[in-house]
Amino acid sequence: MIVLAKQVPDTRNVGKDAMKADGTVNRSVLPAIFNPEDLHALEQALCIKDKFPGSTITLLTMGPVRAVEILREGFYRGADDGILLTDRAFAGSDTLATSYALACTIKKIKDFDMIICGRQAIDGDTAQVGPQVAEKLGIPQITYAEEIINVSDKNIRIKRRLERGVEIVEGAFPVLITVNSSAPACRPRNAKLLMKYKHATTMSKRQESDNDYLAGGMDSYLTIKEWSVNDIVCEREQLGLGGSPTKVKKVDNIVFQSKESKRIEDLDEDISALMKELITSHIVG
Amino acid sequence: MNNVCVYCELEEGKISDVSFELLSKGRNLATQLNCRLEALLIGNKLEGFEKEIFPYGVDVLYTADDARLYPYSTLPHTEITVNLFKETKPQIALMGATSIGRDLGPRVSSALGSGLTADCTELEIGDHEEKKNNKVYKNLLYQIRPAFGGNIIATIINPDCRPQMATVREGVMKKAIHNLRHTGEVVKLDVKKYVDDTAFVVKIIERHIEKSKVNIKNSSVVVAGGFGVGSAENFQLLHKLATVLGGEVGASRAAVDAGYADHDRQIGQTGITVRPKLYIACGISGQIQHLAGMQESSLIISINSDPNAPINKIANYVIAGRVENVIPKMIKYYKENTK
Repeated sequence: MIVLAKQVPDTRNVGKDAMKADGTVNRSVLPAIFNPEDLHALEQALCIKDKFPGSTITLLTMGPVRAVEILREGFYRGADDGILLTDRAFAGSDTLATSYALACTIKKIKDFDMIICGRQAIDGDTAQVGPQVAEKLGIPQITYAEEIINVSDKNIRIKRRLERGVEIVEGAFPVLITVNSSAPACRPRNAKLLMKYKHATTMSKRQESDNDYLAGGMDSYLTIKEWSVNDIVCEREQLGLGGSPTKVKKVDNIVFQSKESKRIEDLDEDISALMKELITSHIVG
Repeated sequence: MNNVCVYCELEEGKISDVSFELLSKGRNLATQLNCRLEALLIGNKLEGFEKEIFPYGVDVLYTADDARLYPYSTLPHTEITVNLFKETKPQIALMGATSIGRDLGPRVSSALGSGLTADCTELEIGDHEEKKNNKVYKNLLYQIRPAFGGNIIATIINPDCRPQMATVREGVMKKAIHNLRHTGEVVKLDVKKYVDDTAFVVKIIERHIEKSKVNIKNSSVVVAGGFGVGSAENFQLLHKLATVLGGEVGASRAAVDAGYADHDRQIGQTGITVRPKLYIACGISGQIQHLAGMQESSLIISINSDPNAPINKIANYVIAGRVENVIPKMIKYYKENTK
């Protein structure tokens, strides 16, 4: 099994200081986290591994070097292998260029029955990368999975959560599955695995922190695979900004036409007057 | 060739509202571009649907009619759409940002190598000058959507790849009949030529489609809560107020993420778009993504303890106070004044 994951800014725990005075997001106060639905996806993979001992989970992420953090989080929960795909050549990728890079990486990993990923990432909400990867690999997809009902060596039965209902479908392997947030949450970190992998990192990170590196003795810790554009077979022109058909033409600060708002205090007579006004103008009642 | 094409969705034997909304927008775009508006309908027993579709100004309706094509499944619908687009080469392709459109759109864009912008809130036609190579692109589709990062709105273009693809949520565009007498041509596709038997690999075993329990979209009063409501208990106050006023309860994304309300009540760019007579925003700060889904409300009341909340700028009335204090008063004085 291959699980696709993304490190995203945590847009959910937006506190007061999350917005700067100019109305933009203060990214420095938003922690980078494991995209929530990708964790739901990892849990589904772990459940399958529980049922079929001997199956393995490879976690694949594309992003800057610090995205290795989420691979470590995956190891703590039971992933067997992790690959960080990182290269300046990928910078500025839209969903299509991202899915191309991921598909090329998966072709190199080659041996898989299932690719499982979150339905969408919270920083873009496009839900495009999963299906785009499946198309590039020429395999079927089952989106919006809420529950994997049954897995056999030949096929998989899945309950999908749609906008207005549910659907139970059956597909064969290989298949790409995207998982909804309505699926069970991911198990917590395992204490033993935490001890085992807490120093796991990539070679470049290890070299960066020269203390550890010079001190030696770190060899016993796992070095997480770090792949660059040279490690995969791909056409460079399909990567990054250049390989992205969508371009941002412009970004506008939005100025809403300010209305002349009437300010009302939280006082009985003021609120009573407002409700009267709403009723007499037939807006309510 | 190079027309505007709308993929029409079927649900429970009916064409979805979002498809009619997109046809209405597509008609505008096609008129501006001086090209034809085309529709693609894939399913089973499609005779007669043309009578519903042509009044929206559709010039050509492609149908792929086969018992195996309903309900929707990914690969067969993808193959038909991709193969048709390879022949007809539309310049613009629109789909609903629904369970179906969000499953199909990325697949089609990936197969054709064309760009896809999700959850657009506006679509316009405009030019683009590429300074790098001094090239001027005429009549591109501006795909406009709020972008992550607060109060900014991004205009996305696909200069070189066709079709220019976009998905739009239900309720964002307005449904408008073009001309009741407008009529076009029906082109029945030979399904065997467009989809291979091997595409039917994922089998649908069971389906339960439920009628949506909440009907926020058509409610004339919406009481919506944000993260500032503070707790699921306080959210119950919103339900009380909505019941008293004969309205529905909505929520911002932050409130949904915090577990105060169900996802099907989310209002905004990635939720429902509403245009009620009265919108009461309780403890909602007013991120652009939320405002995109409610700014066309006729009257907006904001209840917020923060006088500088962005939503106050577009509110007709701003009540400075805490939700749990203000709402009981609103209920009390509404009841007193309607006696």
